Amino acid sequence: MTRKMPGAFLFLMPSVLLLLIFFIVPIFLTIGLAFTNMALTGAAAKSLEFVGFQNFVNMFHDPDFRISVWRTLIFLIFSAVIGQVLLGFILALLMKEKNVTFRRIIGIIVIAGWVTPEIVVAFCMVAFFSDNGSLNQILGWFGVSPISWLFSFPMVSVIIANIWHGTAFSMMVYQSALDDIPKEVEEAAIIDSATGFQIIRHITIPMVKGSIVTNMMLVTLQTLGVFTLVYTMTGGGPGTSTQTLPIFMYNQAFVNYQFGYGTAISLVLLLIGIIASLFYMRSMKVKV
Amino acid sequence: MVKHRLQRNIQYGILVVLGLCFLLPLLWIILASFDPNAQQGIKAPDTWTLQNFKDVLTDSSNLRSFGVGLVLSGGQALLVVIVSVLAAYPLSRYEMRFKKSFLLSILFMTALPITAVMVPVFQMFLYLNLQNSIFATMLFLTSSSLPYGIWMMKNFMDSVPIDLEEAAWMDGASVWTGLRKVVAPLMLPGISTIAIFTFSGSWGNFFVPYILLQTPDKLPASVTIYQFFGSHGMVEYGRLAAFSLLYTMPSVVLYIFSQRYMSKGFSMGGATKG
Repeated sequence: MTRKMPGAFLFLMPSVLLLLIFFIVPIFLTIGLAFTNMALTGAAAKSLEFVGFQNFVNMFHDPDFRISVWRTLIFLIFSAVIGQVLLGFILALLMKEKNVTFRRIIGIIVIAGWVTPEIVVAFCMVAFFSDNGSLNQILGWFGVSPISWLFSFPMVSVIIANIWHGTAFSMMVYQSALDDIPKEVEEAAIIDSATGFQIIRHITIPMVKGSIVTNMMLVTLQTLGVFTLVYTMTGGGPGTSTQTLPIFMYNQAFVNYQFGYGTAISLVLLLIGIIASLFYMRSMKVKV
Repeated sequence: MVKHRLQRNIQYGILVVLGLCFLLPLLWIILASFDPNAQQGIKAPDTWTLQNFKDVLTDSSNLRSFGVGLVLSGGQALLVVIVSVLAAYPLSRYEMRFKKSFLLSILFMTALPITAVMVPVFQMFLYLNLQNSIFATMLFLTSSSLPYGIWMMKNFMDSVPIDLEEAAWMDGASVWTGLRKVVAPLMLPGISTIAIFTFSGSWGNFFVPYILLQTPDKLPASVTIYQFFGSHGMVEYGRLAAFSLLYTMPSVVLYIFSQRYMSKGFSMGGATKG
């Protein structure tokens, strides 16, 4: 097709306008305001000033910022990479060639956690981890005395909650990738008397490598932006023990009203997002 | 073959354990919603009751929050479908100078975390006096899911053969009529999928309305549940569980519905979760 469409721009106009106003402008605002002292209270509220790199200098000297980066990293590694990506893969692998009804039941249970809105996931999980909650109840059967999960192990709690909510997505991606592997390939390996692990390592994983990389990037990007689950479960606490970057950003902007500083943190999040996004696009090898 | 059978049984065992781990939190909320004295732990109610659901559904502010959510998410889904069909048409059917860079930018935007722009978006809403406006919030939500919508819509449209439109043009139909009467009906499954995904994502969204809307009468159910959570302490588990389940229902129903339209389990093309 080489034809040109008369009036094509009219068709594209609504989306271009919407994306410009609510997507592109905020991104440029992020870049611009991150270099100001914008605040809703105090002396800075009256006069908006350009402060250069001051917010970033403050940020790198702020122990709260450094620890937030660290917590975000832990949250990403354990809840996205190890949790969702690996568990999703294991689930998909185990469910392969199992009884259809059994497969369907497990699938429905896992997907139910994914379909459930984040705020409800948070409520379920707060109850699950509470002092008299289901987890302590079950551990009690084995003689373990109750543990205050949300106070003693808050990071573990939010990581498990995010795994519970997100794993279904990876599982579904891997299920459809595994279904695409021709049966003959694995049958040939079995005839050559390869063991289960050898088949997985040398045949299955290389054949679904593309899906693994793309899914990993996508899950990482989504986990980077997780706010609701952590905020509604722990509020970033106790203290600042679950304060990931999005929560730190929220607290600076909407609790301390330091918008300039809050925006500078946004910019860091955005830059990490942009870099991950570019890797994600490369991994997809799209043709447009 | 004995070894093989043992291995298979171990695999079934692992799956059962994992399944139970995933099931427990959900089972708790379902049981709690029917329990007049629900506690944090999991247990079957001594007496089963629908009172929790009745309490939630007879409270007018709860009903209002469902209504607001419906307007917000329904309006957003409708806008996303209309705007992305329009954009996808020239992108799918014609040559354009900036087509490639436009599509790449769109794909790039599907992956950016919206969380990162919420602080400046709030400032922009404040500056333009748009804060606490349901319509402006809906427009922002529309834009945030538009990249995904356009990307998916273009892919769906690519799979509709152009011959049918050409036949319609021969009969004197305009481009606009061809799009409305030929292409759109043929890609109804794709349109439904995008509408459902957009609606569910928005219905479950807490952060955006939490930041951009303020007065209680304008808050959708996601934020109302959070406030219920905070203000009633963690005391009225049963009612909160019933409220949560009622709120989760549309997402579940729409997901089941969407499965009928999705030919193959899951498509990788820039898919997002709520």
